[in-house]
Amino acid sequence: MDLYFRRRLTNYASVVLSSAAMAFGLFWLFWILFVLFKNGFAGLAISLFTQTTPAPGSTGGLANAILGSLQMTIMGTLIGTPVGIMAGIYLAEFGDDNWLASSTRFINDILLSAPSIVVGLFVYEIYVVHIGHFSGWAGALALAILVVPVVLRTTENMLRLVPHTMREAAYALGAPQWKTVLWVTLRAAKAGVVTGIILAVARIVGETAPLLFTALNNQFYSNMNQPMANLPVVIFQFAMSPYEDWHTLAWAGSLLIGFFVLGLNVLARVLVHTKQQS
Amino acid sequence: MISHEQRLQRQAMQDRAFRWATLFFALLVLLVLVGIILSLLIGSLSSIKAFGFNFLVSEDWNPVTEVFGGLNSVKGTILTSLIAMLIGVPVSFGIAIFLTELSPVWLRRPLGVAIELLAGVPSIIYGMWGLFVFAPWFADNVQPWLMRATENIPAIGWLFQGPPMGIGLFTAGLILAVMVIPYISAVMRDVFEVVPAMLKESAYGLGGTTWEVVWNVVLPYTKNGVVGGIMLGLGRALGETMAVTFVIGNSHTAVTTLFDPATSISATLANEFTEAVGELHTSALIELGLLLFLITFVVLALSKLLLMQLRRNEGAHS
Repeated sequence: MDLYFRRRLTNYASVVLSSAAMAFGLFWLFWILFVLFKNGFAGLAISLFTQTTPAPGSTGGLANAILGSLQMTIMGTLIGTPVGIMAGIYLAEFGDDNWLASSTRFINDILLSAPSIVVGLFVYEIYVVHIGHFSGWAGALALAILVVPVVLRTTENMLRLVPHTMREAAYALGAPQWKTVLWVTLRAAKAGVVTGIILAVARIVGETAPLLFTALNNQFYSNMNQPMANLPVVIFQFAMSPYEDWHTLAWAGSLLIGFFVLGLNVLARVLVHTKQQS
Repeated sequence: MISHEQRLQRQAMQDRAFRWATLFFALLVLLVLVGIILSLLIGSLSSIKAFGFNFLVSEDWNPVTEVFGGLNSVKGTILTSLIAMLIGVPVSFGIAIFLTELSPVWLRRPLGVAIELLAGVPSIIYGMWGLFVFAPWFADNVQPWLMRATENIPAIGWLFQGPPMGIGLFTAGLILAVMVIPYISAVMRDVFEVVPAMLKESAYGLGGTTWEVVWNVVLPYTKNGVVGGIMLGLGRALGETMAVTFVIGNSHTAVTTLFDPATSISATLANEFTEAVGELHTSALIELGLLLFLITFVVLALSKLLLMQLRRNEGAHS
């Protein structure tokens, strides 16, 4: 009987501990979200969207940083997405399992988790050093490099889910390969590919490290060829400063980014879910 | 009017061009990897020439006299990640068990999504929350208690001494743990789900408890995948920048206890790179970046190989 009791006890302990682990995980999520909402809403105001980042002590908003973040995110996505989709097409449709495709797949999975700060250094070395100053384009390029692995992976996975009969049907009608891929298989995988792009955007919107060495910051509105303000770097600099009103702005900026990123994450999940159901 | 022959020829040519184009973009991905390693190597040449192997074993980091050694930063990166793993792995394991074996089915999806959202929170928000909310709370409520509780325990007592400021090595490790939990637990959950139901049901049928089934059936079956997931989390923890930079304390002095302020490779880079004066300082920072990339590359490559092995075995079984 002692043995049974011991087994029951071990099992009971494991159930309690794993429930506690679950609670531990949820606890942090709710704590972070609560703090984010509480401090973020306190700083939310119309002036955030209409005024530029202030000098310490004066009032201002985040308009130039929001605009800069939008510009760089859009450009980064526009540059990175086609590369990811095309490379994904190669891996799923043409590469099969030759060494080139398998090593690309392997390297891509590593780049997916590689430290983003290193990507910032890379762009600094190949671009910023040569043109001599930080710029919005450098930031967009760094973000594009982070977009590629996400889009590539989802594109490949989604294309592999498309049934072969669809490709065969297209060939039987006499369609050339490129038309089959672009107008039949890619179209069938559209929802998945879009999900990948959304996840990629969600990833780069909050990225700070790669922008520190590429776009840096700017107190004013700027074009893509100048150092460019962006939300993450502004939040970083404002939060690290000793000024109380800068902290308030940093929290408000965090709330904007947090809202946007979590919203995109939920959207991506809804897309996948409805796709699975239909 | 073009003939049928011509049209076929043109299509074949278009197809070839399309295939080459996709191949080109796939090669571009490989090129990025080569480019990262080469450019960082070139950028760190003058630091490598000036300090050689000493860079890896020296603790000096002095921008004024231009003497640079990376040991403190490397140590900080490895120690914070280690703390993150010690906390994060058991918790992730618990979460994965909860989600696959214990939770009622209708709760699995929402709870899984909630944990995944932890990975969606941008690291800068972790950093701000860590600096303004968590660190003060930790310094007031947990650190003094931990110090008192452990001071008379011989082997580990010294670990939890030091200034109770809230920021430092331990706080950075703890926040990293929270950040990697979603990655590790997602992999664990996914690999636990590939265990054939028949296998688990047989064990339950023999009278096994939930814990016995997990420990003796599920875990051996998914060993490689679990280790792969842990390595993936480790790779994430090693490279994480912003959250660590906010709370680690950014001090280049050697650490003696877990509560000491410290620095890590990524935190040093984030703090000093744009303000570095002099070529040697920049070059030393780039060498740190190169080291970080090589370390994470090895860890992530191992993770990938282990996960691939699991997939292959899975194919062999079915």
